[in-house]
Amino acid sequence: MSKTLFDKIWDKHIVKHKEGHPDPLFIDRHFIHEVTSPQAFDGLKKRGIGVFNAQRTTATADHNVPTKDQHLPIKEALSRHQVETLRKNCKDFGVTLYDLGHPFQGIVHIIGPELGLTLPGMTIVCGDSHTSTHGAFGTIAFGIGTSEVEQVLATQCILQYKPKRMKIEINGRLSKGVLAKDIILYIISKISSSGATGYFVEYAGDTIENLSMEARMTICNMSIEMGARGGLIAPDQITFDYIKGKKFAPQGAELDKKIEQWKTLKSDKDAMFDKVLTFDATDIGPMITYGTNPGMGIKITDRIPTPEELKDISEQPSFIKSLNYMGLEPGSQLLGKHIDYVFIGSCTNARIEDLRLVASIVDGKKKAEGVEVWIVPGSKQVEDQARKEGLDKIFEAAGFELRSPGCSACLGMNEDKIPAGKYCISTSNRNFEGRQGPKSRTFLASPLSAAAAAITGRVTDVRELLTNEQLTIRN
Amino acid sequence: MKEKFSTIKSTAVPLPNENVDTDQIIPARFLKATTREGFGENLFRDWRYDSNNQPIGDFVLNNTTYTGKVLVAGKNFGCGSSREHAAWALYDYGFRVVVSSFFADIFKNNALNNGLLPVVVSDEFLQTILKRISTNPSTPIIVDLENQTISFEEMEETFEINPYKKSCMINGYDDIDYLLSLKEDIQQFDLQQS
Repeated sequence: MSKTLFDKIWDKHIVKHKEGHPDPLFIDRHFIHEVTSPQAFDGLKKRGIGVFNAQRTTATADHNVPTKDQHLPIKEALSRHQVETLRKNCKDFGVTLYDLGHPFQGIVHIIGPELGLTLPGMTIVCGDSHTSTHGAFGTIAFGIGTSEVEQVLATQCILQYKPKRMKIEINGRLSKGVLAKDIILYIISKISSSGATGYFVEYAGDTIENLSMEARMTICNMSIEMGARGGLIAPDQITFDYIKGKKFAPQGAELDKKIEQWKTLKSDKDAMFDKVLTFDATDIGPMITYGTNPGMGIKITDRIPTPEELKDISEQPSFIKSLNYMGLEPGSQLLGKHIDYVFIGSCTNARIEDLRLVASIVDGKKKAEGVEVWIVPGSKQVEDQARKEGLDKIFEAAGFELRSPGCSACLGMNEDKIPAGKYCISTSNRNFEGRQGPKSRTFLASPLSAAAAAITGRVTDVRELLTNEQLTIRN
Repeated sequence: MKEKFSTIKSTAVPLPNENVDTDQIIPARFLKATTREGFGENLFRDWRYDSNNQPIGDFVLNNTTYTGKVLVAGKNFGCGSSREHAAWALYDYGFRVVVSSFFADIFKNNALNNGLLPVVVSDEFLQTILKRISTNPSTPIIVDLENQTISFEEMEETFEINPYKKSCMINGYDDIDYLLSLKEDIQQFDLQQS
């Protein structure tokens, strides 16, 4: 029988089917961090059991770490305690930890792929909803809660019912200045922040096939923002080339053998999906969000809708509440809107390609007066690479701050918070009320759009700043 | 062993907002604790308190007219971050049931894993119940998990719940108890993986 890629991986990971019970899905790779793991380790202690197979779990500190002076003890007592608890738990239970200062430390979804821990055909979970990022390699990867983290630590399995399957196909050539972030913001704006709830999404089509691995990760990362459990992309030569040479990936003949297996990881031609959506890449422009969920997005050149224009009038009260929070007028344009902060970071857009794109726009320019710009690399390796390429010099000359790796202002858990009432154009993934700090206001956009806004101090159509050469950038 | 879930009869708290994300339920800056307890204090923190930590009068949790173990919320409740702290905060505050016409997946699992019952009702039923609570806050809502019904006065609707999860809720079991019973099978499986 024909199968989707999702079904192929899923079915191979069921340990034992028992009638009346959800399937125990074996987990190949488990990532943990300081915020959603302490209660799970506590649970193991209470049960008097250890970690089932510590080799399959990797830890890092990312959500709640400072992005300045990482070599010093963490100032804030609760945050320090949380990171120290992770250290102690990893030591007691034999789990590898890439701690602050370690050359492999970074945002959990950035370090997995760059270390070759994320490989095609795997099942991957982490107590973080953006675990869907790893789906870019053709994996089943999804976010879980802390009780489930405990489950995986205790048994290397998670009890699950199979979600429905959705295919999202995107074909056509991307326009100038349009990045993967714009593709995913466009899709979410079309199907809403709950449009894929209950589904696991496979992204396909020639637009996706032409994207780099880092761009594919940006797409899969935001699958959760349309409600999907996860999103995946069939691995291909671009995937295999990315994996080659990564620290913990198979090498040499072993890799060649693996690649032959991975080549079978694709949906059969006549495989059935529960839902199929198709989009035309030529319709996608640089995108920006105006509201308080990622589905509230528009092309940067479009007007904000009015309540009357909503498809579902029952959504009007939430829509009006959202615009009030953002301090924006229905029907108005965002282009030219003054911004206070620029945040370039997060598991969505803090990889080296993102930093290179930003540098390509700001090289030789300065940030607008009164605007604060934070660049928070996704990992120590990204930071080191940026310095090696001299991107740090470009940022410094532009007046940008290059910080140390962590989740930072994406969720404002550490001190990197956007002040109340201030506008931040952010390459992160969520524009929820208060997400970047109490009463902060977030515009989600691509690294290019964020860089453009940093230079002008306003919401800007990046295509106006691109040189002819840059206009041909494909990502 | 978790607390067993039995039939709940309680007044309800209305929160008609749609797309209530887990960042609203419990903002990230309150996720620094390493235990499961005490999150109720900061439930809906930024809707409940102003920047001077004073209660915001028109937020429903600050309105003593509305109390009870049942929260009735607008559609797509619990979207966004996977933080289980959201379920802990609702439970710790005293809620045992959340009623909505649509829940985000991860939140739904987290709630079920923590003795907090997510009850999915039709849009119509949701609108009726919200209206009824606001006009008569003392309306008792009855949630009967065994029979999978939610009712108030003359209205009743049945709701779906996975039979396995239902039995876990009623008996206070959790998934780990079941998975540990498969330990040998899992070990075999692990060895066969390359």
